[in-house]
Amino acid sequence: MESLTLTDVEQKYYSDLFVYCDTDNTKKVASNGKVLDLFRAAQLPSEVVLQITELCGATRLGHFGRSQFYIALKLIAVAQSGLPLRVESLNSVKDLPLPRFVVAKNEQEARHTAMYPDLENQGPYQGVIPRPPGRGQVKKVSAHEVIQPCVPTVEPQPDTTSPVVSPHQSPPTSPHAWRKHKRQASGGNVERPPVVVAGAVWTPFREAQSGPVVAGDGMWSAHSPPPVQESWVSLKDTYPPSSSKMPPMRLSLVQENSSIRTVASVATANEIQRQSSSGYDDPWKITDEQRQYYINQFKTIQPDLNGFIPGSAAKEFFTKSKLPILELSHIWELSDFDKDGALTLDEFCAAFHLVVARKNGYDLPEKLPESLMPKLIDLDDSAEVPDQAPDVGYSGSPVEVTPNKSPMPSLNQTWPDLNQGNEDTAIVHPVPIRMTPSKIHMQEMELKRTGSDHTHPTSPLMAKPPELSEETSMKFVTANSGDGYSSSDSYTSDQDPITSVVTRQRSNSGTSPEGLKVVAAPPPPPPRPNASHSRSSSLDMNRNFAAHPTGPQQSGVVACPPAIPPRPLPTQTSGPHSGHRSDEGLAAHSTTSPQQIPEQPNFADFSQFQAFAASDQPSDDGEKHPESLPVEKSTEGAGPLRTVKTDNQEERAAATVNSAKGSIMAPPPKPVRRRLKSEDELQDEALPPKSNVIATVLATLPSIPRSVGKDKKAIQASIRRNKETNTVLARLNSELQQQLKDLLEERISLEVQLEQLRPFSHL
Amino acid sequence: MAVCIAVIAKENYPLYIRSVPVQNELKFHYTVHTTLDVVEEKISAVGKAMADQRELYLGLLYPTEDYKVYPSHMIKNMAVTNSKVKFVIVVDSSNTSLRDNEIRSMFRKLHNSFTDVMCNPFYNPGDTIQSKAFDSMVSAMMVQAS
Repeated sequence: MESLTLTDVEQKYYSDLFVYCDTDNTKKVASNGKVLDLFRAAQLPSEVVLQITELCGATRLGHFGRSQFYIALKLIAVAQSGLPLRVESLNSVKDLPLPRFVVAKNEQEARHTAMYPDLENQGPYQGVIPRPPGRGQVKKVSAHEVIQPCVPTVEPQPDTTSPVVSPHQSPPTSPHAWRKHKRQASGGNVERPPVVVAGAVWTPFREAQSGPVVAGDGMWSAHSPPPVQESWVSLKDTYPPSSSKMPPMRLSLVQENSSIRTVASVATANEIQRQSSSGYDDPWKITDEQRQYYINQFKTIQPDLNGFIPGSAAKEFFTKSKLPILELSHIWELSDFDKDGALTLDEFCAAFHLVVARKNGYDLPEKLPESLMPKLIDLDDSAEVPDQAPDVGYSGSPVEVTPNKSPMPSLNQTWPDLNQGNEDTAIVHPVPIRMTPSKIHMQEMELKRTGSDHTHPTSPLMAKPPELSEETSMKFVTANSGDGYSSSDSYTSDQDPITSVVTRQRSNSGTSPEGLKVVAAPPPPPPRPNASHSRSSSLDMNRNFAAHPTGPQQSGVVACPPAIPPRPLPTQTSGPHSGHRSDEGLAAHSTTSPQQIPEQPNFADFSQFQAFAASDQPSDDGEKHPESLPVEKSTEGAGPLRTVKTDNQEERAAATVNSAKGSIMAPPPKPVRRRLKSEDELQDEALPPKSNVIATVLATLPSIPRSVGKDKKAIQASIRRNKETNTVLARLNSELQQQLKDLLEERISLEVQLEQLRPFSHL
Repeated sequence: MAVCIAVIAKENYPLYIRSVPVQNELKFHYTVHTTLDVVEEKISAVGKAMADQRELYLGLLYPTEDYKVYPSHMIKNMAVTNSKVKFVIVVDSSNTSLRDNEIRSMFRKLHNSFTDVMCNPFYNPGDTIQSKAFDSMVSAMMVQAS
């Protein structure tokens, strides 16, 4: 029918009427006499009837083809509801009650009106969708022909669906099939002006049909009327014997089916109808209400929306749908995107959607449709925050799929290569992997690191104001290395639990804090107090530090050095960073620390800094933040980078990279806060209570300077110290970053080689 | 160049067997079956010492007049039992022999696809493999070979 979208209720109704009028049993043409009788039974004024006849094209044709008949029926409904008779009203009027005929079909109409909005173009898969109201009433009117379609579709569903399904399966041919149907039905209605409007609406359908399977949906709706009707008509003969059995069976089936299925199918059917009526939509797209429903279902199995549904649970759940195991297996293959044997929320929604679609008669695609692809986190896109709730847009390339599994997390440029390679093999690497949300993860790492970083450099500085430059640098370095160490520890330990769940694609940032918290003690370094802890733990650490300002710090600092193998210290000279790499670099470090590197941007910051120092501290925080940001960033990177150097370079490199990356990507406030803290400590001014841990951590540290009292000189001295620290850190950072990059490249190449050389032995 | 690919379960029944020239299937089946004996032999020869991680790629078994048969014995330590699943690839020796690397990569792909099938909770170990993805992968291997 040209763009005549009928609800299935209408569909049935009209087909029945058509059959009723089809006294010659041509199945194509209703005898005029009967039709006119029927129209008269509609109790419309005769001129209206005439108008209707004209509009539907019967006058032109001289007879009532099926489509004309349907159009006429719909127009009758329109007229009966008091709306002006126009062709546009055919499709534009929703919720139109069925045309009333005095021939005792009113009861249907009432029911159908109620069900109208929900079920449209469901055609064959009515059998699957339990429609309690309709069915009950259908049972009531058991004698009525309308029952037929419902009931037979249960058993002969394969037959019923086949005419519809087959075109669906082969979209390219379906236009043909559809057009054939159309022509049969309308016999050239297309050209008629009255249906120009309908034709216009229709063309989008046709154009869509040339597309991929997606068009199947539009086709679907188009197809469902003709084949279904025909099948209904043919089934009409067979159903009477079965009808007695069917309704009870139907009901029992309905009851058996979990209500979930019902709602899902109805919702899906609803959605499909909406989509089809809108002209051209992706049939596989999950609507919001569907998605919400799926999410609720997910919660019943797995309360944590960021967690996974294990395969066994999913199997039980989907087995309830009573689909054959083979199909469920296929659905699983399609939806388990990362092949980890568990379903994330996205995967679950996709699987659920496929199940529902399958139950409604849709054929399973060979490939996961785009709209069902799990929304992946693009690690390269630092601006993107993982967000699972909204619709499942296909957000990117396969790159995102395997960030978890990639051994080289944070090097942007290496992401695609490694990821794709990993994806191809779908091998889960027992390699330390980063949590998916790189940005968030990095921020957290950043916070922890900065917190720990702050404590150490500042504490020794604080503890010994007149310290020798060497000592300062030494402590600073060690502290930082320890810091980096701890941060890398935390990172590594972060990786450990991650590794344990390595097969999972953690698409939510929620997992990263968990991972961090769960961390076990990392292997090599002496466990730093705040290693691998969340912010709260580092808070504790800071409190410890505050309690024993000098002692633990010193000890902590002392504890760090043993774990630090010779670390290449950043060259203090501005230009070639590759120069200074040695333990003696400490000396160099110290020697150069006093030398403020002119090119460091810190100076500009420092000047402002001093200006700030004079003024009230808290108010300056915000201002200082942006200025000291670049320093912060580089410093932050330096800290973890340093750590990397000290420890297992390869393993830590990842951490370092991450941290560096994170520091680079870190939002301004964090590094700034850190800087502020150290300044505060030194200046012994009360820090504005920042939300992050670093603030608290540092706040604890400055307890000592606070005791000194606000003293401008002390403040200035602390400023100077900070400056020195800044410079040193900045240099360290730049050099370490350079080294880091080299190391990472090496690592990448090694990993690739390893992968290539790995013997064929798994699991 | 694979003309036949087979996945044999521990109990030596085929979980999956596919050959390219469909008419000679029986012959392939027989060939594969005979290779199982050779495989068993090799395995028993190795002994239980390195039970956990053996060399999975057993290499060329024997070049028959027509074909070379490459089996690969995979050992999986599962919770209770050792699941010994064997992959066998029969290649046409008339073609220039594939490099060892290529054969290994074929087995790797087989292995990965098999793992994916295993991961599917709806797949019961011991069932024949009906996964379409697995089928398509195998077909790709066989088509590109011949």
